[in-house]
Amino acid sequence: MTSSTPGGTNPPNPSESDRSAANDANAQQPGKDAQETKEKVPSTPPDATPQGGPEERADLEPTPTGPGSAQGPEILAVRDGMFGVKGTPDTSGYGRLRRVIEFPGPSQRPYGGWYDAAIDRIAALMPNAGQVITRVVIDRGDLTLHVAREHLLALVKILRDDAQLRFEFFSGVSGVHYPTDTGRELHAVYHLGSMTHNRRLRLEVSAPDSDPHIPSVVSVYPGADWHERETFDMFGLIFDGHPHLTRILMPDDWPGHPQRKDYPLGGIDVEYKGARIPSPENRRSYN
Amino acid sequence: MSATTSDQDLFAGPGEEPAEGTVYTAMGGDWDDIVTEQHDRGDERIVVNMGPQHPSTHGVLRLILELDGETVTELRSSIGHLHTGIEKNTEYRTWTQAVAFITRADYVMPLHNELAYVLSVEKLLEIEDQITERTKIIRVMMAEWMRIASHLVALGTGGMELGATTIMTVAFREREKIMDVFETITGLRMNHAYIRPGGVANDLPDNGIQMLKDTLKSIKKQMPELSKLANANPIVKSRLVGVGYLDLTACMALGVTGPLLRAAGYDYDLRKALPYSGYEDYEFDVPVRDEGDSYARFRNRVDEMWESVRIIDQCVARLEQTQGQRVMIDDPKIAWPAQLSIGSDGQGNSNEHLKHIMGQSMESLIHHFKLVTEGFRVPPGQAYVPTESAKGELGAHVVSDGGTKPFRVHLRDPSFHQLQALPALCEGGMIADVVVNIATIDPVLGGVDR
Repeated sequence: MTSSTPGGTNPPNPSESDRSAANDANAQQPGKDAQETKEKVPSTPPDATPQGGPEERADLEPTPTGPGSAQGPEILAVRDGMFGVKGTPDTSGYGRLRRVIEFPGPSQRPYGGWYDAAIDRIAALMPNAGQVITRVVIDRGDLTLHVAREHLLALVKILRDDAQLRFEFFSGVSGVHYPTDTGRELHAVYHLGSMTHNRRLRLEVSAPDSDPHIPSVVSVYPGADWHERETFDMFGLIFDGHPHLTRILMPDDWPGHPQRKDYPLGGIDVEYKGARIPSPENRRSYN
Repeated sequence: MSATTSDQDLFAGPGEEPAEGTVYTAMGGDWDDIVTEQHDRGDERIVVNMGPQHPSTHGVLRLILELDGETVTELRSSIGHLHTGIEKNTEYRTWTQAVAFITRADYVMPLHNELAYVLSVEKLLEIEDQITERTKIIRVMMAEWMRIASHLVALGTGGMELGATTIMTVAFREREKIMDVFETITGLRMNHAYIRPGGVANDLPDNGIQMLKDTLKSIKKQMPELSKLANANPIVKSRLVGVGYLDLTACMALGVTGPLLRAAGYDYDLRKALPYSGYEDYEFDVPVRDEGDSYARFRNRVDEMWESVRIIDQCVARLEQTQGQRVMIDDPKIAWPAQLSIGSDGQGNSNEHLKHIMGQSMESLIHHFKLVTEGFRVPPGQAYVPTESAKGELGAHVVSDGGTKPFRVHLRDPSFHQLQALPALCEGGMIADVVVNIATIDPVLGGVDR
């Protein structure tokens, strides 16, 4: 969505020297199309985090994450090996491979485009804006505000009602379960739109697994009704103040919340011409 | 008559409180007997369970209606009967395989689902600039064909639900031509898995341009029949005009988008507001009406189809100019290794490619195997790209943890969102208009329940 992207906020692309180095490393890349065109194409996807990708990074000591503790990229997990082998000796040869899963970290001012003005406006209307917005992340040109859950309702009211902000369109809320994000395992991600100013905004609110409560925004955005019910159904997030928070997609008496990461996919092994094909969740996975 | 009514609730589960009042079951009997019995009771309030398999519900939608005489006083929808776990399933498949699941969400506009998902994945990969011109043109063209096909289903089934089967036969006759286009290009009529991260599965076949031109000609000639049949038809008008009124205030409050919002007087179209896939380079108008009723939505959908025809016209001209360009990104770490071709038995690997990997290049075989089984990695982060589908804003919230499989995919389906507006459309109206109101929202339960 390049047109919605204000200038100057794009993440850095790999420099020219990076590209040629990548191409050298990729000289054995097969395929005739690849040979013809490798001049102008980076062999790895351009990465938002400068050191991302499946590399060995023994120098980097992972720090535990907690609410508001991350200043650099947010480290979500550290993974060893290639195939998720645990406990047994790894004979794959990838045993020492170590990957740090880094989510885009907080951005620094100037954010660029309309982002600075919008955040200033929120700060002007909310004296405690520092506690409301715990982190401002601009990634791939999109603005994400991480919001403390107790202030969510007050913030969305301002976002909708203030003429300079005017996010009158509620697109939806989607849950994400990060089992490794200790203390804030359950995230609710809200997508708001401003048809007046032609802008898009993402809010991210988190709650710990032990206390999965987030205030409901149905009183501000009536269209959030079913979305919050779905997120409750699928993740067990309880939206306080929702008029009728019941399951919506699963049957009323269904145990568990199916889209949490600790809920199995299920499925049965299939036998085909003598070979046993394991169900999708039991297949070898590349982590 | 005692067989059809009883004071016992036949539907209550074991140990459950029975429902209040008399329970009727649709087992036939003499209508006069029911009326007499009901008259003696002097109770006009009736709760009717409609669905979940009513033929007029675009899938398995269940409505619970509270009636006062023939007036609907309260309506609640019950969904989830078609929940298939598409979002959960994608977390166990590669980024490319996930397309084959996503396409099945709203099965009346599969290509729009694919496009929304793929655009989000490409944003995460930051390869939007590397998508070739021809890829974008093909995507736009397929999306516009899809829009026409989806609107034709909306109008055709909507007409059938009024009892106007001729509207249905005309609409489905035209849709069949578009299905033929899809079959020729993707190998499948529905659930194509055609738009993939990095590009599309295959280029047009050799006769593609000619086929497109023939279909356009035929559609332009025969689709006006739909308008001629229905626009000024007094029966259609008496069923649609003033029915299912939803004004702009209600639309904004409920977050309603797409044809419903445009029929209420706001020309908001994401193809214009936040263009994607190069929509900014096409000339087209956004039809808008301000009556906010079912008739306005009907007329607006027809107008939108003609704007789509305009866009496809431009696409065909551009496809002729870009012949020979790649339709997949030129990055061997992401691009699907095989150029697919359409054979007599559908989509398949091209013989050229098979010959190359099986007989000539071991490295190519390894590369093919790695990409197809393991897939590519997507840098950690999240993306949401809103697109204008036939039914309104459709976007996929895609989260990656840097792996070869999606960490989370959530489809923001317009049918799901807009079905929330059904009580606002129906309550206070006649029971006969409930079916019209469902048709005018045009929900597809595959997308609602996912």
